[in-house]
Amino acid sequence: MNSKSKILLVIASLLLLLTFLFPIWSINLEAPQYPEGIGLKIWINQITGLKPNDLANINGLNHYIGMKEIVPDAILELKIMPFIIVFMIIFGLVTALTGKRFLVYLWIILFFILAAVGLYDFYMWEYDYGHNLNPHAAIKIPGMAYQPPLIGSKMLLNFNAISMPDIGFYALAFAVILAIIAIIISKKTISA
Amino acid sequence: MYRKYFNMIAIALAIIATVVIVHNGCQQSKDLVSGDVAEKVYVKPGTYDDFYLFTSGGFSGHVGVYGLPSGRLFRVIPVFSQDPEKAWGYSEESKPMFITSHGFVPWDDAHHPELSQTDGVPDGRWLFINGNNTPRVARIDLSTFKTAEIIEIPNSAGNHGSPFITQNSEYIVASTRFSVPIPNKDVSLSSFKENFKGTLSFIKIAKDGAMNIEFQIIVPGFNYDLAHGGKGPSHGWAFFTSYNTEQANTLLEVNASQNDKDFVAAVNWKKAEEYIKQGKYKTFSSTYFNNRFDEKKHMGISEKRSDVKVLIPSECPGLIYYLPTPKSPHGVDVDPTGEYIAAGGKLAAVIPVHSFSKMMKAIENKEFDGEVDGIPVLKYESVMAGEVKNPGLGPLHTEFDGNGYAYTSSFISSEIVKWKIGTWEVVDRIPTYYSIGHLCIPGGDSRKPWGKYVVALNKITKDRYLPTGPELTQSAQLFDISGDKMKLLLDFPTIGEPHYAQAIPADILMKNSKKIFPIEENGNPYSTKAEKDARVERNGNIIHVYMSTIRTHFAPDNIEGIKVGDEVYFHVTNLEQDWDIPHGFAVKGANNSELLIMPGATETLKWLPMQEGVYPFYCTDFCSALHQEMQGYVRVSQKGSNVELAWGTGK
Repeated sequence: MNSKSKILLVIASLLLLLTFLFPIWSINLEAPQYPEGIGLKIWINQITGLKPNDLANINGLNHYIGMKEIVPDAILELKIMPFIIVFMIIFGLVTALTGKRFLVYLWIILFFILAAVGLYDFYMWEYDYGHNLNPHAAIKIPGMAYQPPLIGSKMLLNFNAISMPDIGFYALAFAVILAIIAIIISKKTISA
Repeated sequence: MYRKYFNMIAIALAIIATVVIVHNGCQQSKDLVSGDVAEKVYVKPGTYDDFYLFTSGGFSGHVGVYGLPSGRLFRVIPVFSQDPEKAWGYSEESKPMFITSHGFVPWDDAHHPELSQTDGVPDGRWLFINGNNTPRVARIDLSTFKTAEIIEIPNSAGNHGSPFITQNSEYIVASTRFSVPIPNKDVSLSSFKENFKGTLSFIKIAKDGAMNIEFQIIVPGFNYDLAHGGKGPSHGWAFFTSYNTEQANTLLEVNASQNDKDFVAAVNWKKAEEYIKQGKYKTFSSTYFNNRFDEKKHMGISEKRSDVKVLIPSECPGLIYYLPTPKSPHGVDVDPTGEYIAAGGKLAAVIPVHSFSKMMKAIENKEFDGEVDGIPVLKYESVMAGEVKNPGLGPLHTEFDGNGYAYTSSFISSEIVKWKIGTWEVVDRIPTYYSIGHLCIPGGDSRKPWGKYVVALNKITKDRYLPTGPELTQSAQLFDISGDKMKLLLDFPTIGEPHYAQAIPADILMKNSKKIFPIEENGNPYSTKAEKDARVERNGNIIHVYMSTIRTHFAPDNIEGIKVGDEVYFHVTNLEQDWDIPHGFAVKGANNSELLIMPGATETLKWLPMQEGVYPFYCTDFCSALHQEMQGYVRVSQKGSNVELAWGTGK
């Protein structure tokens, strides 16, 4: 690998640090009674409200339809994810240091596997919260589930739930693009 | 001979013609509201007004909060009067706010709202207002729109001339309308001249808004009416009107209207501070109360105070001067530059305007015209800057637009008169419906008026609204003053009787408006910060119910083991942390009121069950789809019954 590729890989690895500073996903809920907005931000290690108290208020609203309370401390994924990210950063930096191309491929493949598993896990988590409802809930609508969309928007009773990647996710995406560019550039140098 | 009759008939016809023309003119102008007016006051649904308007509630004791230009009422802030809707004066936490040296006083007459200022400009931190009857001044916190403090003014009777602020909110000034014996004592009413005195009070405002009676000045026994702080060059001075310099104690409408001139008292409060520092004061012992509402504890704390520092003018040269002013002056208003002091001589044929710089020169040159109790009286001609001729009948108050014009309300002729500062000529006048008292331009008594509107505050409405029996609404009228001619835009009804009002641009206030009280900051000793802490405790016949509310239940919502003769305190904490989600609490047979608890706050209702039985309680604020389910029961057993104390929710 040439030095340009190595630098790109270092940048790609360090970009992952942004996931500690920005949420990776956000779910905004729109309803007439909430002109000021209400929503959740999902980080690699926590779930917070769009505004202070939003999480508690969403839990409060959700109890009417029997959704489980969202307790960030009880979600295992939020404990594991920071270690995975740190591992990927170190892996990326070591790869840049050694300059071995197959390690870059491995890094990218691992990255896609982790992304796929992560999104699947997120989907299942949403499915569980949206379907696994308290049978004693005050509001029960036959056939109604409250699973927010993985990406995009969906009406859930009076709320329009909009689920979108956030800055942290874009940082991840950009990192993998940089890694791919690093591979392409290094290929060119070899053929030249 | 015939010629003489002819002349008389001609004159009579001329008078009739004039009356008819004037009459028709009035009829016309009442309807003359030009085409684009609706557009100027129309605030589209879902959009905001440009200004907050705070009107005094007068005999209601409250403050009304309106939007301008729409005239929409969106809040009533209870201040000196109990309000069962908000449990103000009924909840255990708010009762201390009503304590005075006369005990619990549940009502007052609130006249003059005054916004706090920084550098002579309204800053939106607090709104002060006076209680006229049992002399008090209140401070309203404009981040919560709640009364935060009430201080009683000792040695005062009829706290009309207050609360007027100094340029950097150093002081609120207050003057006694009624002179009384000081200290108060049992004397013959006819000994007025000998025994009766007035006081001018200076209430210090601390950085956090806390009020303290810093000092008082004992003045001759006149009626002191209104006041204003100086600004710019006159900063450091305060001006007070007086009437009844005749010192009558009966039939004042005649006996207090004899002198051609009464006085504006000019007080050099910076000088007063020096005298205080030098120790040239007397200490009068008098009991008064300071009541503060602790926002973190959500409770009022009443503190008894005694002793006040008093300055005697004859012992403090240079402290105070009298400016002769025709005739029984009411308002005293300082223009934005701080140079001109306009007095509303309510029985005068002119509006006298004093000059601050001329006053200073006259003091320097000792251009005196005698003295009263050691207070030098300055020569009228030496201090007078000009007289506004033909200002209408009964001029009362003046506000300023910041563009060189002044607007005076004339009560008897029921009009606003616009005049030019410097030339003193009347340039426009417009009728009000009817009998205008105060008037208000946003920032109109400050250094920087927002001279877009003037609001007339009228005493009489007669035919302006649908009739409602003998008691009619009082009203405000909005005029556009952005052009050369004043234009009537809107009539809107007001709560109580509006005396003065003040307005401030919305953007100064709205960014500070609180949405909730953080529950973790709740320092109320009886709070229930989590549902698991909800409980009932008995101590003899005192029962404390530590209750929480969250959509959509009370915890506990079933209580047993209360007995007739118990004194029950429901300490209700609203655990919600969402904007605009208060919960209410009402229990059957309560002799006081409901509670209306804001998110994160704790309030306490005292309840004395008189008979055994089952008593429901419920939430009174439609809080959610299951609001009608938000209810509970208290079981009350006979005295001496062995029903155990028990409580719970969902068991």
